[in-house]
Amino acid sequence: MLNFMAMLADPNMQWIFFGCLLLGLSSGVIGSFSYLRKQSLVGDTLAHAALPGICIAFMLTGVKSIGIFLIGAGIAGVIATFGIGYITRHSRLKQDAALGIVLSVFFGLGIVLLTFIQHGDYGNQSGLDKFLFGQAAAMVGSDVVTMSVICLSLVTICTLFFKQFKLISFDPGFAKGIGYPVALLEQLLMLLIVVAVVVGIQAVGVVLIAALLITPAVSARYWTNRLGVMVALSGLFGALSGALGTWVSSSVTNLPTGPVTVLAATLFFFVSVLFGPQRGLIAKRLVRLRVKKSFLLEKELRAEPMKGETAL
Amino acid sequence: MSDFWILLTGSLVAACCGIVGVFLVLRKMAMIGDAISHSVMPGIVIAFLMSGSRDSLLMMFAALVFGVFTTFLIGMFERGGIQSDASIGVVFTALFAIGVILVSLFARQVHLDQDAILYGEIAFVHWNLWEIGGVSMGPKAVWLLGFTLFVIVAVIGLLYKQFKLCSFDPALAAAIGIPVAFFHYLLMGLVSMATVSSFESVGAILVVGMLIVPASTAYLLTDRLGMMIVLSVAVGIASTFLGYGASVWLDASIAGCMVCAAGVLFIIAFLFSPKHGLVSRKLRQRSLAAAANG
Repeated sequence: MLNFMAMLADPNMQWIFFGCLLLGLSSGVIGSFSYLRKQSLVGDTLAHAALPGICIAFMLTGVKSIGIFLIGAGIAGVIATFGIGYITRHSRLKQDAALGIVLSVFFGLGIVLLTFIQHGDYGNQSGLDKFLFGQAAAMVGSDVVTMSVICLSLVTICTLFFKQFKLISFDPGFAKGIGYPVALLEQLLMLLIVVAVVVGIQAVGVVLIAALLITPAVSARYWTNRLGVMVALSGLFGALSGALGTWVSSSVTNLPTGPVTVLAATLFFFVSVLFGPQRGLIAKRLVRLRVKKSFLLEKELRAEPMKGETAL
Repeated sequence: MSDFWILLTGSLVAACCGIVGVFLVLRKMAMIGDAISHSVMPGIVIAFLMSGSRDSLLMMFAALVFGVFTTFLIGMFERGGIQSDASIGVVFTALFAIGVILVSLFARQVHLDQDAILYGEIAFVHWNLWEIGGVSMGPKAVWLLGFTLFVIVAVIGLLYKQFKLCSFDPALAAAIGIPVAFFHYLLMGLVSMATVSSFESVGAILVVGMLIVPASTAYLLTDRLGMMIVLSVAVGIASTFLGYGASVWLDASIAGCMVCAAGVLFIIAFLFSPKHGLVSRKLRQRSLAAAANG
């Protein structure tokens, strides 16, 4: 606990702490929509697909700044989304194969570009690869400010469009029927995922940012059947994981932030799997016991008069 | 000589991944390949910490255990009511996170960093030689991959009929008494083996490319399973050669170039495959329309 106060006393750590907290919050909120739309792994694919975009942005500008990376990764993410849709619509490959193809080819391209950067004379390139594995403590103040602002606006957009996102998550056909621009809303949601992924990469890393989109949403689903509650809970789980991850990784040397954050989210997941009120393992076991008991009782009650009848 | 060894290693990776990849694509489990290639990481690290060397059968065994464990967990959560893609995501990120933490806590001083696991470095293959009594037997990676390929070919060759039925009609397979679950885990074991023996040369994430992209390309080119496996291996080997050529020319990452080459071959098949290609289907539609009008 002392450790925790010491961390909060350091002004730079304060910023990083709140940045990761906000990151967890926003990706948890967006993740619940993508979970309900059965697109959980899209986040994983977009995170990998962001790599060539980031590399090209760096090669063109030579600056390591989150804003420029965001533009590059955003463009790459939009191309990747388009690619996934195009492959599934125009060939007999299913979505899983399309995701896998886009993920690996984009990432391969990204690695090729990364070696270009390492071999070329881009003076300021050191740490671009570290950037990809996530080290929140390496972020500088302006990065954290950008990250916090973007995360807050993501949450705001989700709040504003809550009704629309709810409808396209559960019944896109009906949404189209009453005149919502469904395709546009779907693209907007995809764009939000891209932004959340890109913002998170620096803190959590390419491979693990997907977990922040998926795990809190799945955990929240265990506790409720109402979307509003689920989104709020998912955001809460995400924020707590981000906070825990930053705290633990800053207090142990050599511990990267991303994996610790993900393990914190997984911890919440296990708690939810066990203790969720209706779907949790313990609740299910209790229901089974209760049903068994009432069945046995009923059998006994029915058996009583029958015994009496035979006696007569 | 190094060119030869790199190309041989790449081709062996392509062959191992190409064969098992076909079954992953057919069973709509491509992303499970992605998951396994990440989640074997804690197994690799634990085996490394126990044995102290990077090339042991222990490592292969540990990765195998973790690969099958991953599929088991994914299956368990799926039965518990979580969507399959979400359960894949939860499981592999958690295991990968454990792997990264183990590396950064215990294996930092030694040569087993995340970059090596994620990117691999095929260019170093021919420096890591296997020697028996002072006689060099060639790179260790080639022997490891050769062994893996032998196991994969033997298992799939012997149980071809069963694998075929389980991929296309698991319900029928179960009805006539084939243990479908056993074949599922057997396949996952093979995928884990292919992943772990390839990770050193092409890296965990690019194994995914070798698993999925050539098999998907083959899927667009043929309707026969046997042909699809042959084509998948052929496309994989072709992308190895093309990729290596490109990497020498551009002076860039070999593994990255190989996956990009596989991507280019996929796009060509996607557009020009005689039966399922975009262009050929358009042309067929046009000629049909012309025939209907004329």
